Amino acid sequence: MMGHWIIVPVVLPAIMGAFTLLVLRNTIEVARVFSTVTTALLAALSVWLLLGASAEGPEAYFLGNWPAPFGIVLVLDRLSALMVALTAFLALAVQLYAIGTGWDTRGRHFHALWQFQLMGLCGAFLTGDAFNLFVFFEVLLIASYGLMIHGGGRARLKAGVQYVAFNLVGSTLFLFGLATIYSVMGTLNMADLAAKLPLLPEGDAALMRLAGVMLLMVFAIKGALVPLHFWLPATYAQAPGPVSALFAVMTKVGAYAVIRCFTLFFPVTLPASGALFANLLLPAALVTLAVGAIGVMGARTLATVAAFAAIASMGTLFTAVAQFTPQATAAAIYYLLHSTLAAAVMFLITDLVLSRRGTTDLVSPKTPMAQHGLLAALFMVAAIAVAGMPPLSGFLGKLLILDATRGAGQMLIWGAILVSSFVLILGLARAGSAVFWKTAPGTPLPHAPQPLAFVATGALVAGLIGLTLAAGPITGWLAETAAALHDPVAYIDANKLEPHDAP
Amino acid sequence: MEILVASAIGLMTAVGIYLILRLRTFPVIVGLSMISYACNVFIFASGRIVAGLPPILSPDAAAYTDPMPQALVLTAIVISFGMTAVLVMMALGAFFEAGDDRIDLDDGGAK
Repeated sequence: MMGHWIIVPVVLPAIMGAFTLLVLRNTIEVARVFSTVTTALLAALSVWLLLGASAEGPEAYFLGNWPAPFGIVLVLDRLSALMVALTAFLALAVQLYAIGTGWDTRGRHFHALWQFQLMGLCGAFLTGDAFNLFVFFEVLLIASYGLMIHGGGRARLKAGVQYVAFNLVGSTLFLFGLATIYSVMGTLNMADLAAKLPLLPEGDAALMRLAGVMLLMVFAIKGALVPLHFWLPATYAQAPGPVSALFAVMTKVGAYAVIRCFTLFFPVTLPASGALFANLLLPAALVTLAVGAIGVMGARTLATVAAFAAIASMGTLFTAVAQFTPQATAAAIYYLLHSTLAAAVMFLITDLVLSRRGTTDLVSPKTPMAQHGLLAALFMVAAIAVAGMPPLSGFLGKLLILDATRGAGQMLIWGAILVSSFVLILGLARAGSAVFWKTAPGTPLPHAPQPLAFVATGALVAGLIGLTLAAGPITGWLAETAAALHDPVAYIDANKLEPHDAP
Repeated sequence: MEILVASAIGLMTAVGIYLILRLRTFPVIVGLSMISYACNVFIFASGRIVAGLPPILSPDAAAYTDPMPQALVLTAIVISFGMTAVLVMMALGAFFEAGDDRIDLDDGGAK
């Protein structure tokens, strides 16, 4: 029994964020210590929650002890615990990077915003209520607006305005979808929806399909799915390096929400919608994959390469998600873990290159950088991971996805994934050789060695290697997780709903 | 009354979408506000439109209206208000940095 610990990943960053904002706003050293300790505590707690969730199954936390369909619930299950743990460890490494490079001193309130961002992310993963999912989306978005424009500058502010406007439209669409669901079902508790939706009368099915498509569009905006990806390249290329690295998990919020909502209450077995959502998601995912790969090939800066590589990874991920089978979902979650770490490493390396080279422009050669060889080696490892080449976990993830997409449409999906991987390898090789090999003659500009930044980047690489080495146990555990997602009886029972009549 | 409410929501949404597709920040902000107004009325109407009924328990009430959408719409209003304020601040920041209020990027996102 996890009891009150379930809400701690939301409350702890909220309190620390406010404390940092009110008390520690002028003492960056103390703020660093408090913020890092908080994130480390969150990481430790998330491991404990993960062990508890995998041993005991889903558990609900009733806020204010209100019973489930009426009050707000948080639900801890394997997937949500895994996502909280991924977020906490990524945030810890990236936060150390931000401290090591001094990014947190280039604007105000970095650590407070960081904690509020973590609060929103953990809340979005833990909530068991669709309206509360909206609220936590807004919490993580409003913190991300602040982080995105951290450090200021003309190009960053302009990209930030676009990012905010795009997401505000998405939020409004989310509200329209939720209101439609409420008007038909009279509830927004996810487990209650899962229990009531199969009993939906025929006449209301069209409204629910509409609401489901609206939710899918909102999550597609978050997950940067074509044609709703336009916010991502400019945002990720312009945001500060460590913030882009944390944002690697923000696109995964969209993927998580699709997996959660469309296995729990809009499953493919639901008579009202059937395979509608899968049929919409799969073509969009394949086009996303193609756009990402072509974008990497055509990018003129390393920052844009990293951004389009993130789009391509979302395409691969959503291709697996769109199958909506337990095997494919397990493969998708494995690839989700991998692509979050790989994208974060890529963004951190891009930032290290930017600070040493002055630009990440791929067109004009520059003099060699300080720590040139080390950076080149790190980039090579990251490129192998992002492209999905052996021996790293990207290869295993893509292999699992290929294995899970046998059957109808196999040629198309395999073709898209394999060809796009090849184009990614070409694009990343082009970018790497332009930055690290085609150097102009001259001596490197002096630059601080920043050991902490390299340790943080190395920690994420170590995470990728660990994911590869422990692939056997992890995929076994994920297979059980995916089976529970596709047969959510335990999740619904955890909400302790009253038996009810047809709506 | 249903027709009035429904057409008001539709009209506000249409105006909002038109304004969001402009290239200057001010119309975009006004458009987003229009859409969020439409959205708030839509949420309010999702609990069915009734006139003159109380949402909370009272001894002399004959019937009740659904209190949930009122709670939801309150949350939505607060959030959209806060978000609009953030957007206004960022748009002002971008205006002072860039010297114009165009919403499209000028340099293709290079850095």
